[in-house]
Amino acid sequence: MDLSFSAEELAFRDEVKAFLTNKLPKDMSDKIRAGQEMSKEGQEQWHAILNAQGWLAPNWPAQYGGAEWNAIQRHIFEEECAFANAPRIVPFGLSMLAPVLQKFGSKEQNDYYLPRILAGDDWWCQGYSEPGAGSDLASLTTRAVRDGDDYIVNGQKTWTTLGQFANMIFCLVRTNTEVKNQEGISFLLIDMDTPGIEVRPIILLDGTAEVNEVWFTDVRVPVENLVGEENKGWTYAKYLLTHERTNIAGVGSSRAGLAAVKRAARAEVSGGRSLMSNALFAARVAQVEIDLMAMSTTNLRIVSKAAVGQAPGVEASMLKVKGTIIRQEINDLARRAAGPYAMPFSSEAVEGDNAPIGPDYAGPVAAQYFNNRKLSIFGGSNEIQRGIIAKVKMGG
Amino acid sequence: MNFDLTEERQMMQDTLRRFLADRYTTSVRNEIISSDSGFSSKIWSELADLGIVGALFTEDHGGFGGAGFDISTVFEEMGRAGVVEPFLDTGILGGGLIASLGDDKQKPLVEDVIAGTLHLALAHGEPASRYDLNRVDTTAKTDGDDIVLNGRKAVVMNAEAAGYLLVSARESGASDDTNGISLFLVPAGTAGLTLQGYPLLSGGRAAEVTLDDVRLPTSARLGAAGDAFAAIETQVAAANVALSAEAMGAMETATELTREYLMTRKQFGRPIGTFQALAHRFSDLLIELEQARSAVINAAGHLEGDAHVRDLHIAATRNLIGRVGRLVAEEAIQMHGGIAMTQEYELAHIAKRIIMTDHRFGDTDYHLERFIDLSAA
Repeated sequence: MDLSFSAEELAFRDEVKAFLTNKLPKDMSDKIRAGQEMSKEGQEQWHAILNAQGWLAPNWPAQYGGAEWNAIQRHIFEEECAFANAPRIVPFGLSMLAPVLQKFGSKEQNDYYLPRILAGDDWWCQGYSEPGAGSDLASLTTRAVRDGDDYIVNGQKTWTTLGQFANMIFCLVRTNTEVKNQEGISFLLIDMDTPGIEVRPIILLDGTAEVNEVWFTDVRVPVENLVGEENKGWTYAKYLLTHERTNIAGVGSSRAGLAAVKRAARAEVSGGRSLMSNALFAARVAQVEIDLMAMSTTNLRIVSKAAVGQAPGVEASMLKVKGTIIRQEINDLARRAAGPYAMPFSSEAVEGDNAPIGPDYAGPVAAQYFNNRKLSIFGGSNEIQRGIIAKVKMGG
Repeated sequence: MNFDLTEERQMMQDTLRRFLADRYTTSVRNEIISSDSGFSSKIWSELADLGIVGALFTEDHGGFGGAGFDISTVFEEMGRAGVVEPFLDTGILGGGLIASLGDDKQKPLVEDVIAGTLHLALAHGEPASRYDLNRVDTTAKTDGDDIVLNGRKAVVMNAEAAGYLLVSARESGASDDTNGISLFLVPAGTAGLTLQGYPLLSGGRAAEVTLDDVRLPTSARLGAAGDAFAAIETQVAAANVALSAEAMGAMETATELTREYLMTRKQFGRPIGTFQALAHRFSDLLIELEQARSAVINAAGHLEGDAHVRDLHIAATRNLIGRVGRLVAEEAIQMHGGIAMTQEYELAHIAKRIIMTDHRFGDTDYHLERFIDLSAA
């Protein structure tokens, strides 16, 4: 047992810290710290800064321009980024589609799409969920029918995150209705500018419009946009879901969130004393912190295994459940800390430059509390994760 | 023992529930929320005509209710339908304080409130006061025949619609003394009064209020100088009964929406409510909802009693409602999945109403601490 990072790992961490100090624009980290949303341009700017550093694609092989970091390096990088309030890199192209292409795509697809992902030429979004296919994703019904050199796609995808910015979508579509659900699914790459595609925003309960419905009406997709083999899409989709999971626990976000809660609680006064010295509030904060300390080590145990090539399986599900519970608890604490000033709905505080009503830490916390209910719903709900854990561990 | 509503209250509940079910649909309400005023004057005056505002006042003050169970009956229905109109602010707080403190010249304002023609706002909380009712830094200084107010008031609900703001200010004592606090009737538009209005996350509007040398005649004072605290505490106790009942009504809706969804949404070829993992969690919500209903009854039933006993029950109820409310709101969203996150689905608003109750007059922890202190006293 050795709980410390190696000398190489510490040196790497210093390098990451120095990079963030020098290259992360202050207006960007201020925005993230204040809980504001990044604009498309802001996302693209950070994407370009990381690309120039060669750190945009930590998980890609070097031949495609990746940094080839191991799991511990990736973990260090993600933690430092979260702590420095760096924007989260939009994962759809870089860490979701790219590994699938690298494993199952054609040489032409890799040669064409991977450089475009790095350069920021394409903004990818994900076409998985459908109104009738959420937790039961394999029951999806968006249909792709072969017609000469094209597929003709009809159907509807939903919960498409940042689809309003995307020019490309990777989709799971049904190409065979005669077989078991999982065996009739294909993985298609679709240009969002193709006639017949319509994107409709879904307004969420916090007033944001980050997710969309994507409708397909007789959309013609060239056959060369099929990834791998027809009807093997479920295998690729599962690979995608299990591949990129080192950051699933969100330890860095939780640490940053907990620090923000403490800052707010030190500023708030209740009964003549700082809220942070209120025994009940302090106990809530301590409880979460204790859970987070243990989960951080659980996370490192799993990351260390992954660093020597043992892909996390059921452990990823465990981290997702525990990690989202902790993050949501921190969102709840942030809301409590803000007191009456959690009530204003300052969409300006989420979207723009106007000063928030009340103290600066109060503006977005209630909206974030509601928005982050999604953490335990998306990416395989916590109920689905518990099902996976039980199935694997009970040996039934 | 009898836990039935009286015939009058039962009739009022039926009338109100029917009216709101017919008229206050999700789409109507969402339009109201996004409107400039943040509430519907039409709905307000129709409900006033039905006697719903009057039900919040005793006969002495021109109403025909005013007891804890009248308040809980009205607000349970408000919560059930996710009503954002300012019954709490104009009725319980503003109207209630004029009724309890006002003199013969001031009291007629209550009749206007009951008739639905006057709105009010209580401007008590301040940027640094959080939930402490005794913390008042706004000052009231006598200047000849006038009184001059200076200070800031935070998150003043319904301020923009109010014909009068009931502004608390300190005439004597240190910033957290219970003695020395007075209430003043400040007409809208008074020189030196500035409102910075904004919408609230769970509907309705509030404002940051600045008082910069607001000059009033002494006749604007409600009650005796420096003596308003007990009356404020009493009306806030009534407001806490209202908020608890409202949250409980909203929890009923959240639970019913969840039941419907669990029994209609199919995944893996069957309604998801047939999965035992979800069925058991749904059962827990029902168990906790009964606790919430009983807690509201406890608070409402002790509203007119001895202040210590009253406050003990209020603190207990707000704590329980806060805990159960969070469970119900979060579990209802989780068991629905993504659909519950969308603004146009009824649960989104209902869940926000439940959770944001925690931010008015003390959250779950504030009331736990208060319960501990009151129990020890």
